[in-house]
Amino acid sequence: MDTDDHDITVSVNGVRYQRRVESRLLLSDFLRHDLGLAGTHVGCEHGVCGACTVLLDGEPVRSCLMLAVQAEKREISTVESLAGKDSEFHPLQQAMHDHHGLQCGYCTPGILMTMAAFLEETRSPTEVEVREALSGNLCRCTGYQNIVDAVMSAANRMRG
Amino acid sequence: MSTRTFGEPIKRNEDRRLLTGQALFIDDVELPGMLHAAFLRSQVAHARILKIDVSRALQRPGVVAAYAADDLGDYWKPGPLLVPPPPIAGIVFNQRTQVPLARDKVRHVGEPLAIVIAESRYIAEDALDDIDIELDQLPAVVDLEKGLRAGSALVHDDLGSNVSAHVRQTKGNYAAAAAKADHILKRRFRYEHGISSPIETRGVVAQWDGRANQMTIWDTTQAPVFVRNGLAGILGLNERQVRVIAPFVGGGFGPKIMMFYPEEVLLPWVSMKLNRPIKWIEDRLEHFFATTHERGQIHDAEMALTRDGKILGVKDVFLHDGGAYDPYGLTVPINSQCTLLGPYVVPNYDSTFTQVFTNLTLVTPYRGAGRQHGVFVMERLLDLAAHELNIDRTEIRRRNLIPPGAFPYKQEIIYQDFQPLEYDSGNYEPVLDMALEAIGYQAFKAEQAAARLEGRHLGIGVACYVEGTGIGPYEGAKVHVQSNGKVSVATGIGTQGQGHFTSLAQIAADHLGVAVTDVDVVTGDTDQFYWGAGTFASRGAVVAGNAVNEASKVVRNKALKLASDLFECAEEDLVLEDGKVSIVGIPEKFVMLGDLARQANPMRGAVQPGTEPGLESTQYFGPRMGATANGVHAMIVELDPRTFDLKILKYVVVHDCGTVINPMILAGQIHGGVAQGIGNAFYEKLAFDDQGQLLNASLADYLLPTALEVPRVELGHTVTKSPINPMGTKGAGEAGAIPVGALFAQAIEDALDLKARGVELLEIPLSPSRLFELSRNAP
Repeated sequence: MDTDDHDITVSVNGVRYQRRVESRLLLSDFLRHDLGLAGTHVGCEHGVCGACTVLLDGEPVRSCLMLAVQAEKREISTVESLAGKDSEFHPLQQAMHDHHGLQCGYCTPGILMTMAAFLEETRSPTEVEVREALSGNLCRCTGYQNIVDAVMSAANRMRG
Repeated sequence: MSTRTFGEPIKRNEDRRLLTGQALFIDDVELPGMLHAAFLRSQVAHARILKIDVSRALQRPGVVAAYAADDLGDYWKPGPLLVPPPPIAGIVFNQRTQVPLARDKVRHVGEPLAIVIAESRYIAEDALDDIDIELDQLPAVVDLEKGLRAGSALVHDDLGSNVSAHVRQTKGNYAAAAAKADHILKRRFRYEHGISSPIETRGVVAQWDGRANQMTIWDTTQAPVFVRNGLAGILGLNERQVRVIAPFVGGGFGPKIMMFYPEEVLLPWVSMKLNRPIKWIEDRLEHFFATTHERGQIHDAEMALTRDGKILGVKDVFLHDGGAYDPYGLTVPINSQCTLLGPYVVPNYDSTFTQVFTNLTLVTPYRGAGRQHGVFVMERLLDLAAHELNIDRTEIRRRNLIPPGAFPYKQEIIYQDFQPLEYDSGNYEPVLDMALEAIGYQAFKAEQAAARLEGRHLGIGVACYVEGTGIGPYEGAKVHVQSNGKVSVATGIGTQGQGHFTSLAQIAADHLGVAVTDVDVVTGDTDQFYWGAGTFASRGAVVAGNAVNEASKVVRNKALKLASDLFECAEEDLVLEDGKVSIVGIPEKFVMLGDLARQANPMRGAVQPGTEPGLESTQYFGPRMGATANGVHAMIVELDPRTFDLKILKYVVVHDCGTVINPMILAGQIHGGVAQGIGNAFYEKLAFDDQGQLLNASLADYLLPTALEVPRVELGHTVTKSPINPMGTKGAGEAGAIPVGALFAQAIEDALDLKARGVELLEIPLSPSRLFELSRNAP
């Protein structure tokens, strides 16, 4: 059976990749298995759990609901890009560590990317706003409380 | 020791890898030449198999192999019995374990019929459509009571009934006690627990290396050592030829300890046949059918009391949904049976259960593991008794608590660890008092009345429970000081987010005078540590923790002995801290721990007879029985009486799990348990039709609680040490989840004043629509 292949150019975490991919290849599979950026996790593959969230031109998207070909000429950021050059934590990573905001850590990359984008837009969120913004990401371990505390604390730190 | 970390909220060693996307999870394993597996699964619950033909699938480009049951030859056999039935007189147990691929009959939706191996997962899934099957569908056994009636369809035809097991356990003489009772009440209760639904599904990667004669299996298991031993036997290999690695695992909560899943048995076999590595990652739809559930029980229970609310006895007859096969034995219903007794004096108990085969996915433990069901029955009986005897709900509990002087408290019946159930220690009344204080129980009546005047419906619930934890058989640990001065700790348990890389490190760090960050903990790699049982039954911190404790002590003594020889001084004159051994009062006279390790492994000379090289020790710990933790949850809810929308205004947990290693990690365990309990109580329901089809098999339809449903949880702790292990610890993994259903029923009844309207909430899960159904016919 012939496959429907396409050449795409995508920028991920500031690196430009040129790849030939099948039209049906999910963006999540492309990132994880073609580019080896396995920090983006896949939990449900139907857009509910939020574990696979990445930033597409700065906006959070579910990489399991997008095809790799749709990322043509777009800029993607994944969890691997969050820490600084000398591997110092992003304030959100630091706050998650400080507040025990992760247990198994599987949902964590999606939560980090979702909340990083949220904090860019909402500099001084209330707890209710944080919970609302977090409600599209499922976590089965933490009961969310420590994640909420971490996001509030990161917001505080990012305001400086 | 100068810097004691034990008992402190030390931040986790494992976080950095997880936060930066560098932790290895199962689907991150990439190997050269790796193939991918997909399973064709039955879409009906019960059918005779007339034909399975994979030949068309083999013609698809990219497909490497495909197998149905008949292709497995002698390798096809039912799996082992993971947990045999406990030694209880008169027990009936009919062993029917799961098979690698269905042959003759399928017994639940999702049971695998065939496996396809292809160059990519996409092609493997495409090829499932090429497999030709013919099934003759049979009526499905879904309802527990109907399944036991004469003429029911049979899950296992040769059995002649759908009875998987029948067990009666008694304490005292219930009938005699009931004859003397002032008050007897009897109700039917239904409790369903759902699915654990970790955010990472299951997966297996098997790599047979034909040249090395070595099998490596990455598996999302909670019990790598058992998987290694079992698969070696099944594959006809020596145990030493098989290495099982449980990498970072994205949540387990019980079902990831079930073995052997068909995928675990098939991938290694195919890898040997093809001499290629093979990966299978479960998708979310598969997870709903192919990973084990917990599900439901129906209890007909009665309680006999004095008029002042003292329990004289409890009688309970219940049915337990076991699913299509029973490899996990009776762990779940035995937990229900034993945990029902709770923190109360119940002098007479008569409990009988029947485990029923159904045409549904297998039932194995999920966080709480049947304890929820028992606690729900007991707590609801007490609420009803309080109402009927006109006693306050918390007062009736207080009157029946086991007094602190009664420990160790013998319950006379057999527990899941096959030992007679005995509570090691406890002091229950202060826990209840702290919870009542924290929730503001005394003031609540007035608040409730005031709110009602404003048209707001508030309710309060208070529920007590015990949790059997930390059962045997044993765990071990190897503690090893490396020549760089860092400490390595290896154990056989798996880890799925419990913080073992930190809590176990704290134990070793204190004994060896090093920083927690300088202790490298390895879990779940059978080549790093050969022996062990696994992570289940809230036992990691108790059993493996005590093993690390013992091994660390031995290594500490070895280090001090070596240093005393070196300095020609008494061991008592030495101090071990900051990674070095120095002489008391002469801090400049010291030797680094790493240098001692190097000297303990010399290049020349002879190691003295009777001594061992290296600064290392392996020790084991096996408790003679489990340690019993306890707690009280209290909650205030607000309900909208028209929409039944529910809001939790306050949630309190007071808990006693003995000595606490890391209170931050402990709090996280409780928070997460409560969240799962809330899901179980009000959001998560597996909706089956009468033919065993799951109607809500997606995360859009099966509702896991989000950040909007789970409230802030206020925690309180008391500490009653366990006398049966040196650290005095008890487990805590399941405590958050256990009493939440009972709490919801009680608080909602209170908020809506349902008792006055003749409505009793005798089932879980509840939901807005279920509350609407139950209350619309009420006067």
